Amino acid sequence: MTTVLQAHGLGKKYGRRWALADCDLEVPAGHVVGLVGPNGAGKSTLLNLAVGMITPSAGSVEVLSAPAGTQQAKVGYVAQDTPTYSRLSVADHLRLGSRLNPAWDDALAQQRIQRLKLDPKQRAGRLSGGQRAQLALTLGLAKRPDLLILDEPVAALDPLARREFLQDLMEAVADQELSVVLSSHLVSDVERACDYLIVLVESRVQVSGEIDTLLATHFRLTGPRRDQKDLPRDQHVVTASHTDRQSTYLIRTDKPILDPAWTVSQLTLEDLVLAYMGRDVQPERPVLEVQR
Amino acid sequence: MIWLTWRQFRIQFLVVAAVILATAVFLAVTGPNLLDDYHRLTTNFIQSLGYERLNPILYRVGQLLLYAVPPVIGAFWGAPLIARELETGTHRLVWSQSISRWRWLATKLGVTGLTAMGITGLLSLAVTWWSDPIDDAINAGQDSNSYLPRLFPPVFAARGLVPVGYTAFAFALGVAVGLVVRRTLVALAITLAAVILVQALTPSFVRPHLLAPTDQYVVASAENIRGFGLSGDGPNPQVTMMEVATGSVGAWKLSDKTVDKSGEAAKLPSWVTACAPAPPGMTQQPTSTADRTACFQRLSDEGYRQHVRYFTANTFWALQWREFGLFLGLALLLCGFSFWRIRRDLS
Repeated sequence: MTTVLQAHGLGKKYGRRWALADCDLEVPAGHVVGLVGPNGAGKSTLLNLAVGMITPSAGSVEVLSAPAGTQQAKVGYVAQDTPTYSRLSVADHLRLGSRLNPAWDDALAQQRIQRLKLDPKQRAGRLSGGQRAQLALTLGLAKRPDLLILDEPVAALDPLARREFLQDLMEAVADQELSVVLSSHLVSDVERACDYLIVLVESRVQVSGEIDTLLATHFRLTGPRRDQKDLPRDQHVVTASHTDRQSTYLIRTDKPILDPAWTVSQLTLEDLVLAYMGRDVQPERPVLEVQR
Repeated sequence: MIWLTWRQFRIQFLVVAAVILATAVFLAVTGPNLLDDYHRLTTNFIQSLGYERLNPILYRVGQLLLYAVPPVIGAFWGAPLIARELETGTHRLVWSQSISRWRWLATKLGVTGLTAMGITGLLSLAVTWWSDPIDDAINAGQDSNSYLPRLFPPVFAARGLVPVGYTAFAFALGVAVGLVVRRTLVALAITLAAVILVQALTPSFVRPHLLAPTDQYVVASAENIRGFGLSGDGPNPQVTMMEVATGSVGAWKLSDKTVDKSGEAAKLPSWVTACAPAPPGMTQQPTSTADRTACFQRLSDEGYRQHVRYFTANTFWALQWREFGLFLGLALLLCGFSFWRIRRDLS
């Protein structure tokens, strides 16, 4: 199995509005994938489609080489805002997990609850946001899925709880062999937890790849003003900006940059993501026609 | 899944079950005494109830509870069943376990719905059994102002199978409404109102069509006349309608209309006033017995008859089964709707 998630022309319409349209996407196995994009890019819709919570209006989505929603036991899902039953206790939630999942790993669940210092008798409604997220993650992990999908799991958490959650997720992933897809609108979350990046803007995958590779193949070139056409063929321009005398390009290339006129600098992941997100977000300004 | 259903539902269950069980036990304890009185006092049984305190109260409590249980179960068991999950987002937690939505819904509907029907059935059994001596005495012709024959609307839906059918319907309606409106409180209010409305309208609009009623033409006479409807004030009232007794004890009359000799619905002529006793408080001389007899004779001679439609007392169980079946069928349809609806997107 090489891909855990595959979408072809995937679209979802709510009323007249397309929340996701014509999306093509491939997520390879064995990674912790960060799905990043601005609000409204269709991240949640995509993940909801992938777990079968909603059905596509167009196209198809395959999870673990089968139509989405058909292999519930193999796909773990931690929904947005990490819902839990506020009136059930932590122990009740674990019991729920063990009753509803054939491959439930009770030892793992108990161990996690102990390590997280959650009181099994505590009602979920009285847990802090971070603890609730941890509980939801525990349910997702102890199910022993092949693929774990997390939809903005840390969006509602404070920075400390955020870091703890992601740390914990990384440790769990290291122990279990599973693929993870995690959506977020914050690059720092992805930087901390993921080794694979997908940038989604307006239903389109702008860039996807292993983070290390991405960082090693993207550069910022600064130098005397030069037209984009004059760049070598193997240098793909992501963004370009010019002043009267100077040009700044953000490019992707596999080859070394030989031109001595350029000052070459490395990118941070945030620069990279923002460059890709900024590319399409720039609105196409309507051209005002002069009428005579 | 059964465990989870029970875990989420046990508080609502315990509240309703405690009330019902307490009532059932109370009825079971007092019932034998009532039955004993019935056998001992025979024809004076109903009359003697007038001097008692507890039994008339228990009679009313049982009746009231059986009317209250379906709307309460619909609103407090049915409506939150799915609506609360959708409202708090927990459906996304439970649907991402290794269990299909259909199985989830089937278990929740099955466990809660059958419990609801079972517990209503228990209460109805207790009330029906307890009230049986009273119902029997009334149907045997003992006169009473406080107790109605069991076929009459206020009693009918508090006996036998009908409450179970109402409960099944109310519960399924609550679930379906909750699934559509996705707000617990709104679903609860809608269900409560809808079920009460159905309970109120069924006797007039549904029950008469469940079975073919007995049609009968009765000539009004001084002996069988039961009442007059008078209009107009002052010393010259007009008779707008009359009611006659069918002679069938315990029957539920659906309609009672005056027809002329051609069988068409007719307006009563003005001289019919003479058949009626003087309205209370009038200074007018009471009509003499001879006058009234002559008046009824004239009615009969001119071909006026009363067209009466009614259910006889022995149709009770046939009506019970049909109304139960109807509401159970509606409940199943609503469940079918819920299964269909839950397949759709509910993110």
